[in-house]
Amino acid sequence: MNAAAAEARIALVGNPNCGKTALFNRLTGSRQKVANYAGVTVERKEGRFTTPGGRSFRVLDLPGAYSFDAASPDEAITRDICRGAFPGEAAPDVLVCVVDATNLRLHLRFVLEVRRLGRPMIVAVNLMDAARRRGIAIDLPLLARELGVPVVETVAVRRGGAAALVDCLDAHGAIAPAAADGASHDLHAEVQRLLSLAVRMPTRTAAIDDAIDRVVLHPLLGLLLLAAVMFAVFQAVFAWAAPLQDLVSAGVGALGERVSAWMPEGPLRSLVGDGVFGGLGTVLEFLPQILILFLFILALEESGYLPRAAFLLDRLMDGAGLSGRSFIPLLSSFACAIPGIMATRSIQDPRDRLATILVAPLMTCSARLPVYTLLIGAFVPRREVAGWFNLQGLVLFALYLAGIASALLVSWVMKRARRRDGEHALLLELPSWRLPHWRDLAIGLWERARIFLRRVTTIILALTVLLWFLSSFPAPPDGATGAAIDHSFAGMIGHAIQPLFAPLGFGWEICIALLPGLAAREVAVSALGTVYALQAASDDALSAQLSGIVASEWSIATGLSLLVWYIYAPMCLSTIAVIKRETNGWKHAGIATAYLFALAWLAAFATYQVASWVFG
Amino acid sequence: MKAILIWVPTLRLSDLQVGQGGTVRHVDDHSAADAIARRLRDLGFVAGETVRLVARGPFGREPLLVQVGFTRFALRAAEAARVRVSQDPA
Repeated sequence: MNAAAAEARIALVGNPNCGKTALFNRLTGSRQKVANYAGVTVERKEGRFTTPGGRSFRVLDLPGAYSFDAASPDEAITRDICRGAFPGEAAPDVLVCVVDATNLRLHLRFVLEVRRLGRPMIVAVNLMDAARRRGIAIDLPLLARELGVPVVETVAVRRGGAAALVDCLDAHGAIAPAAADGASHDLHAEVQRLLSLAVRMPTRTAAIDDAIDRVVLHPLLGLLLLAAVMFAVFQAVFAWAAPLQDLVSAGVGALGERVSAWMPEGPLRSLVGDGVFGGLGTVLEFLPQILILFLFILALEESGYLPRAAFLLDRLMDGAGLSGRSFIPLLSSFACAIPGIMATRSIQDPRDRLATILVAPLMTCSARLPVYTLLIGAFVPRREVAGWFNLQGLVLFALYLAGIASALLVSWVMKRARRRDGEHALLLELPSWRLPHWRDLAIGLWERARIFLRRVTTIILALTVLLWFLSSFPAPPDGATGAAIDHSFAGMIGHAIQPLFAPLGFGWEICIALLPGLAAREVAVSALGTVYALQAASDDALSAQLSGIVASEWSIATGLSLLVWYIYAPMCLSTIAVIKRETNGWKHAGIATAYLFALAWLAAFATYQVASWVFG
Repeated sequence: MKAILIWVPTLRLSDLQVGQGGTVRHVDDHSAADAIARRLRDLGFVAGETVRLVARGPFGREPLLVQVGFTRFALRAAEAARVRVSQDPA
């Protein structure tokens, strides 16, 4: 009975789309820990559970792999851990090889590859409910005898669906190592032999999959549906999130006031009230948008729609040096580049992934909207164009398009630059359609929200405190006129960098506002308010006052130049920090910052010069 | 016993019409250690396996949606061109 004391380690391994993660969620519930494997940006998911028999297990959910002949960093990790060759990770005591009962022709080959390792293993035949519905009959005892390892059935999405696996782990004190067959058998031939022996499959594909795919992948209907899905996601992200965002910012604001009311007047109170809570409010305000976005992406991913979207768009994206898989990360970046860059982990080709990360900041994120709204309101007349359209709306649309066009151009240039680096493979599986299970959605959402919050709060908090310091100290001398920020370090920096921005038409007021805008772009608006020493009860009122000042004090050319600057706006330190994390180093974060800055400067310069000439 | 050699005309998987099926004969290596060809074999593109071209992408007739075994894969034309198939009688 002393075996019960020690925690055994098991690893779930299997092809992508075998339902491995759903099984992992079923086994461990919310007792999961998500981190990265040492030195790489591959997600490491570990959880724990205790069997009814009292044995406790640590479960590792390994990245999906088609083969140990690894074609991506994910697959290499899975291979190395299964072999016990990954530094810092002990070899699992038992490998649980998960297969999709409806896709045995593909998945059994990997089982045979795992069996060759000669390690203790159990085969979990998952999705048995779907298989039965399709009339697929699998003789599990016969399969177990032929494979020489325990075979159990699981239905990850059903309560108690992992019972057979748990019982199997409970019953065997130790699972015997699989008989390594050493010989260089033809694995495909062996799979065919097993299938003909133990499996009866009436049809090759599910009729429902064929029917849905006929519409979803249709050259015209499919694209229309994709546009509709994108529109729905956008609508939800921007419309549904708005009331929640107001709630969050009001809540954080009220909390900040409560806390700072307890504190004596002075710099510390200003730090807590303006710096910490101000910064926190800025970040958390994006949380509803990001959660809604994540929920949609998870649902689309679990249902099997995402690979279909990648299928429809691959050719277009490939032409621009990206891949169909880049679509979702770029779509997410319209809300915020940070979740977008995090979502690039689903791109297996490291070069495609890098290209996507580098252009993601060019997608117009929602933080740019307040800046756009202010400037468009001040400089673009509200005029009808062609009887139907509003000129202001058209300009906003053009700004979005300019971002997309720039991204395609940049990735195309990168593709040309690395032309001779070999072929990029697509080789994308389109899995069966599945109804997402709420439990998997909830766990996925919780995980991503946690990662986002942890990453962003630490970075943004540190930055906002720093920027608060820069713009609050030193205090203006007695009897000084003008805005306090003008006398601060931020003011000094603004004045110092102004010559660099003079060719773009930016005065020192704008230069100062660019600094706090480093934390989050929309903060530039309230910073301008500070520079012009405005006092307003609400953000909307501030924006209205500011609009008047800006329209009278700046030239049209300056306004347009700043608008164009924000298409590229390299000034989002959180994005840069996330790029650094996701690419494991400063190199690509530096490249992204430098090229975005260069593009922003050049485009704003051209805009200012042309506009000065046109509008005199 | 006399060996009977039958010459089977093959074509590239990428040349099939949508809806057409075929039997895989072999996968060409485009270079000495062609990782894509190896992966295609791992995914089940091996001699004797039946395949069917299910659909093509909306732009430039790419990528190709290919059914092999019980699985569907999206392949770019260059990937599918590595797979040599003999056409099934219509």
